[in-house]
Amino acid sequence: MAVSDAAPIISTRFGLSDGHTLDGYRRTGGYTALPKALGMGPDAVLDEVKAAVVQGRGGAGFPAGAKWSFLPKDIFPRYFVVNGDESEPGTCKDRPLMEHDPHQLIEGLVISCFAVRAAQAFIYVRGEMALAQERIALALNEAYAAGLVGRDILGSGWSLDIVLHWGAGAYIVGEETALIESLEGQRGMPRLKPPFFPAAKGLYLQPTVVNNVETLSNIPWIITNGGAAFAALGTEKAPGMRLFALSGHVRRPGVYEVEMGTTTYRDLVEAPVYGGGMRHGNALKAFIPGGGSAPWFYPEQLDLPLDASVIGPAGSMMGSGAVVIMDETTCAVRAAWRLVRFFAHESCGKCTPCREGGAWLEKVLRRILDGHGREDDLELLLDVGDNISPGPFPRPAFGGEDAVAFPYKQTTICPLGPSAVSPVYSSILRFRDEYLRHIKDGGCASHRSGDLAAEVVGNPTSPAAKRGPGGDG
Amino acid sequence: MSRLTPENVELARTIIGRYPRSRSALIPLLHVAQEQDGWVSPDGMEHIAELLGLTPSEVLGTASFYGMFKRQPVGRYVVSVCTNISCILLGGEELLEHCEERLGIKAGATTADGTFTLDDVECIAACSDAPCLQVNYRYFLNVTHDQVDALFDDLRAGRRGDEIPPHGTLTRVRQQVAAERWSGHGGDELVVPPGQVR
Repeated sequence: MAVSDAAPIISTRFGLSDGHTLDGYRRTGGYTALPKALGMGPDAVLDEVKAAVVQGRGGAGFPAGAKWSFLPKDIFPRYFVVNGDESEPGTCKDRPLMEHDPHQLIEGLVISCFAVRAAQAFIYVRGEMALAQERIALALNEAYAAGLVGRDILGSGWSLDIVLHWGAGAYIVGEETALIESLEGQRGMPRLKPPFFPAAKGLYLQPTVVNNVETLSNIPWIITNGGAAFAALGTEKAPGMRLFALSGHVRRPGVYEVEMGTTTYRDLVEAPVYGGGMRHGNALKAFIPGGGSAPWFYPEQLDLPLDASVIGPAGSMMGSGAVVIMDETTCAVRAAWRLVRFFAHESCGKCTPCREGGAWLEKVLRRILDGHGREDDLELLLDVGDNISPGPFPRPAFGGEDAVAFPYKQTTICPLGPSAVSPVYSSILRFRDEYLRHIKDGGCASHRSGDLAAEVVGNPTSPAAKRGPGGDG
Repeated sequence: MSRLTPENVELARTIIGRYPRSRSALIPLLHVAQEQDGWVSPDGMEHIAELLGLTPSEVLGTASFYGMFKRQPVGRYVVSVCTNISCILLGGEELLEHCEERLGIKAGATTADGTFTLDDVECIAACSDAPCLQVNYRYFLNVTHDQVDALFDDLRAGRRGDEIPPHGTLTRVRQQVAAERWSGHGGDELVVPPGQVR
């Protein structure tokens, strides 16, 4: 494996000062794909996107073109919704796309709506992203005034309205049916399945496509260069380029657009153009390969390629493309607790196993970190986890004969509950001794709870923190 | 506190008009109320219920689900420090502690003078620029403790108002569509029959 020299597709304007304006976008080749698509006709556009195989960049990885073709024929109105509610821990790639290149997203959206014959679209931006909201509002105003959105687009006779909508602080709204509920003015709770796709019944129970920001940002390039050119990048199972948000203990954290399939996690961490190696030359302890929901990987999995078809069977997921690197100074128990605290906090409360189980996991982990852990707490954690994510957890990394293909089973409507279990399983199975040291000795090498958080997780140079693990306000 | 001003009622009507079903405007209208008052008041929610033909409890039911809607007054500047995984790996917890010390309050509290509210928040999507925080949802990335001190001093002294509007104001650019450009066909049936495009 090697670092690819393929040119970036969607991050080309990140460094420009005016890439977010209509002038800047046009000067750099923007809005040339839209007239081409209008000339091709909807079916040809759909075929092109299908040929490209744009695996969904939100987390589930479902190819965009295939998703679109689930729309029932001849049922109107139908809606298109952009999921810009990026909140998965570790993920920070949709935000720069919305802030630095909103016109690319709008052009991709207009072309996509044309392909599926939708007459109204909504861009749902995360509430906490004020700049992204401003940039998209500005871009939409420009695009409407220039005849690129709205009535009779570029004289084609085809019309599309786009509404900028934003949320108000709820991770769960990133789940597509919860996002639709939120867009209807409801509490953002996921809907019962089936139907499994909003294509059947979505917004206002009409056929609806929900696509991620990054997914749609690829569409203009695909129309300009052809679906085959996109599919030729990467590998057959992992086509195209993708943004990866690299964070944690590397020298050069950042958002990098890399070729899928041919690039490995080791490349991401070590290549000078990406992570540049581990910070302070420390050893890698574990890494999260696809956002906070993903089961952890360990040094022996560094050579896996960025390919969902490989990562899934290996026991985790590429998810949202967020890679969090944890070095040897990291306290695994504390890292797991912090992720579980997140999922417990963000549970919408609809399903009992997640609502009660997530909070329970958090309490037990906090108790262990506070130095009050009990001998049977590990079994308790696994048992509570099993009630949210039943059955054998995929752990081929441990040579277990009970390894099953990802994703795991769930007793909940959406995957949030099981996501809380990922860090628990990942840390117990690999770092059981660390848990035992916390329980028996009140702390581990990188974190002793007697001398509370003498080292905050992963930061060996930090001054003694007065804040205990329970002191999150 | 107060109901929506006449200007905001007009804005609310414009927003409602963009959605095929009026209830979809609920979250945007709650943001309008929060922008007006700095928080979402019971009177504001009742007014929104009237505008949308909902009951006040339906409005409260939605508002209470979303963490950004403050149903009690908060500081002029809401400081949100991320302590999720990528940030605590690089000092997010110490950053929060530093803010607590500088402001003299614990996370979740508001300073006595009503200038600052401090929050310990979940991932704010700036993970490769950890540690990070937001003030009224404007980002400060790779922040050092010294930078935080300077920022707080500036805000106390009333500087940086251009950069950071008071709490409640998110986007300072509103979506504006000229009437003749708005298609308005989103709610119609069979507005785009196959083959319409010429």
